[in-house]
Amino acid sequence: MQRIGVFVCHCGTNIAGTVDVKAVAQALKNEPGVVFSTDYQYMCSQAGQEMIKQAVADNKLTGIVVCSCSPRMHEATFRKTAAAAGLNPYMVEIANIREQCSWVHKEMPVGTEKAIILAKAAVAKVNLNAPLTPGESPVTKRALVIGGGIAGIQTALDIADAGFPVDIVETKPTIGGKMAQLDKTFPTLDCAACILTPKMVDVAQNEKIRIFSYSEVTDVKGFVGNFDVTIKRKARYVKEEVCTGCGACTEKCPQKKVPNEFNLGMDNRRAIYIPFAQAVPKVATIDADYCTMLKTGKCGVCSKVCTAGAIDYKAKDEFVEEKYGAIVVATGFNPISMDKFDEFAYSQSKDVITSLELERLMNAAGPTGGTLLRPSDHEHPHTIVFVQCVGSRCSACAEKGKEYCSKICCMYTAKHAMLIRDKYPDTEVYVFYIDVRTPGKNFDEFYRRAVEEYGVHYIKGMVGKVTPEGKKLHVQASDLLDNKQLHIDADLVVLAAAIEPDKSARPLATMLTASMDTNDFFTEAHPKLRPVESPTAGVFLSGTCQGPKDIPETVSQAGAAASKVIGLLCKDKLTGNPCIAHSDEMMCNGCSTCEKVCPYGAITYVEKEFRMPDRTTKIRRVASVNEAVCQGCGACTVACMSGAMDLRGFRNNQIMAEVDAICK
Amino acid sequence: MQEVKREVLVSKASELLNNGTVDRVLGWKAGEFDYDITPAVFYTAEELERDFVWNDFCGANFSKYLVAETGKSENKLLVFLKPCDTYSFNQLLTEHRFDRERVYAVGVGCNGMLDISKLRSSAEGILHVHTEDADKVAVDTLYDGTVTLDRASLLPDRCVNCKSKKHVAYDELLGADGEVLDSGRFDEVERIERMTPDERFAFWQGELSRCIRCNACRDVCPACTCEKCVFDNPQSGVENKAAATSFEEQMFHIIRAFHVAGRCTDCGECSRVCPQHIPLHLLNRKFIKDIDSFYGEYQAGAEVGSRAPIVDYRTDDLEPGEAVERGGEHA
Repeated sequence: MQRIGVFVCHCGTNIAGTVDVKAVAQALKNEPGVVFSTDYQYMCSQAGQEMIKQAVADNKLTGIVVCSCSPRMHEATFRKTAAAAGLNPYMVEIANIREQCSWVHKEMPVGTEKAIILAKAAVAKVNLNAPLTPGESPVTKRALVIGGGIAGIQTALDIADAGFPVDIVETKPTIGGKMAQLDKTFPTLDCAACILTPKMVDVAQNEKIRIFSYSEVTDVKGFVGNFDVTIKRKARYVKEEVCTGCGACTEKCPQKKVPNEFNLGMDNRRAIYIPFAQAVPKVATIDADYCTMLKTGKCGVCSKVCTAGAIDYKAKDEFVEEKYGAIVVATGFNPISMDKFDEFAYSQSKDVITSLELERLMNAAGPTGGTLLRPSDHEHPHTIVFVQCVGSRCSACAEKGKEYCSKICCMYTAKHAMLIRDKYPDTEVYVFYIDVRTPGKNFDEFYRRAVEEYGVHYIKGMVGKVTPEGKKLHVQASDLLDNKQLHIDADLVVLAAAIEPDKSARPLATMLTASMDTNDFFTEAHPKLRPVESPTAGVFLSGTCQGPKDIPETVSQAGAAASKVIGLLCKDKLTGNPCIAHSDEMMCNGCSTCEKVCPYGAITYVEKEFRMPDRTTKIRRVASVNEAVCQGCGACTVACMSGAMDLRGFRNNQIMAEVDAICK
Repeated sequence: MQEVKREVLVSKASELLNNGTVDRVLGWKAGEFDYDITPAVFYTAEELERDFVWNDFCGANFSKYLVAETGKSENKLLVFLKPCDTYSFNQLLTEHRFDRERVYAVGVGCNGMLDISKLRSSAEGILHVHTEDADKVAVDTLYDGTVTLDRASLLPDRCVNCKSKKHVAYDELLGADGEVLDSGRFDEVERIERMTPDERFAFWQGELSRCIRCNACRDVCPACTCEKCVFDNPQSGVENKAAATSFEEQMFHIIRAFHVAGRCTDCGECSRVCPQHIPLHLLNRKFIKDIDSFYGEYQAGAEVGSRAPIVDYRTDDLEPGEAVERGGEHA
């Protein structure tokens, strides 16, 4: 029989406000196994922990139930306390009477009743707890960064700088990401390429960094310190190590009508291409969807002009398997599709563009060579209307758009407006906004300069409708401050499209068993205190995959993620989790279901000889758990049809005892 | 009447025994009554000639017998499998429950087996049953002389709604192979789904309250092959538990339906053997229907090694909330 101590925490008024903590402590005194029960203002404080240690010694306790906040918060704290008091740390159970009780109830009697039930369930479980001892596992001293935008680049550079090898996996033929497509950056207006490309070159030249461009992660197995990752290297039909990036092939390729995604389809490229001049790796790629040779077997021009002999039409997708100790997700964002916003006539007129398209139209390497011209007739626009919050800050019930603020649009629109007024002073620029949000160092000053020095017309109100009329775009809008309707005949309309996580993030999260919010942004382990770690150990977050961010914020988060990775890779051994699965061989059917559902590959099957009741022996196929690999997720225990699989620390009978205690 | 004649089965079995391919044969032999056919193991051609039976009452699915029987000898065992039996055969292979190398499987075509309870309710005091005719069944009775019945009216639900005449596993086939059929096996499930929750509860309460916990459904079920059944395991806490309330009566069958979900091939043995005529196969069909509609068509046992959707995790899997929604009001 256990000797259990129950410790009820007030958490100031957090718990004591809606739970009668003294009544809880009193009620638990009579539970089976409980020999000591008390309450205290802050159990997690030094004094509270001392009280627990003293109670263990005085009452010869064998198990502890702490009624407090979520185990995610302080389970580790109280396990340490128990260990210091000479108990096995796994003899501690937390009854969460804060997040699951006091914070969700308003009435004291209801809160108190539920707190007592939760505490009774924890006592029922401790009665069946057994001491557990964790094992150790080694750490593979190599990191994987998924995504080669500015977030991935910065993280990789920082990790490599600490001396650890890093691989970057990028789906596009070059690293650089969205930042490579930008013209100037706020609030200092320095050229994006000028500050990004030196970093790209650093990555290329760093001996510790390998770039898997035109590649994607297809499978992730394993756990913190020991991930086994499969990377698909898509066939680019050009030998990466042979190609010199001279570009001869991209000039001679006869297939000229391929929409250029780097310029967002506003001009064309060839079927063999290098995305942009500063691409890293500077290697050509054949677009299999357009290449005549690959489609019909007739052409071969690029192969003839390539003096290096780098073209290989027979190339196949290759799969690389590599081990990593840590994984950083830096999958970035995309502007949302404008399909559902037809009131702005995006699909009807070429002169209604998104802000990212405007970046390309203003960029010297863009389709117009840096001169701002209307896409439809290549004339200089004289009246430009910017529409803010297109798809951002939509109401929850709206079928289109996102509820969140995309965060970067206010600033880049101010930048666009300012740059246009600076370069083309004869242009009238209108910006329609809901609010202008400019928190950030030198951000508000920047916006005010746009209004005060550059004479940009900022109008509070939304654009209702854009109608193409001849060469003009008729913009109907409301001015909320003046309380009047506006009609503007514009030459160009620019939509500040909301940003959303890249589509690759959702399947990747499933592979990584990392959690996401409803908008498909990765969730952090703690929104304030662990912002760059995912709840899955060994998986870290960098950049906009976690939420909308500008470049300075992305870079600081990238560095933070790198420092967490370095902290992990510095360790030689990781202490494991003793709450792992084990199989009762006498009950195991050998059906392999657990082996199939195990996300870590921790289960194998062995043939074993068993003595039967009639003194014969029988060879049976039974499951065997690799304790170093098992992460205790419990998938096997619920999939096991014979009930042979069980999870230490969360055994089926312990869970049933908890349920019984709650339902009694 | 069965297309393939008894003599063909006996001569095939004798041939395989005599040439040493197998050392024993799993087949059927007569029981106390004509309709009471019993599984049996035969060791010699003489035994086969004398006792082997193959007629409209050979409904027993032999797949499960292989789990125990293959462990008894290193040599091969001959087993006769009807089309629906082959699905159970594959499912047990998927679960590594017996060694394929120790089995020589002979597929036999099937015209449907007769439902003994339907026969009994149509004719009282049965002495002999003659099944030689293709469409009619002649029954010699104690009171009414010979009664002639329509064969079609005597088929059990599992044969009326036969899902497949195709053998999905065999080493050798006797007779022609059929096709997977477009059966109406979910019609009855849909009827029950249309009931209100109260009606449905009353329906199942009425059916399941007749259960006498004889465990026949479990013992015959090819998906129920645990080394130690939870209902026989003192450590499980539910061993031989008597129902404390009328609600608990249902739990045995509902737990069993969950247990075989995704693995049940819908062979219908549970309903065949139930002495209380509880339509247990409907519980399993509800699971099969839901799995089909949530995760796409899946037939357990159609191929060896296939992964049942409920233990197969994919990135495009249905979210639980969506599953509830799609289940509709009475899900």
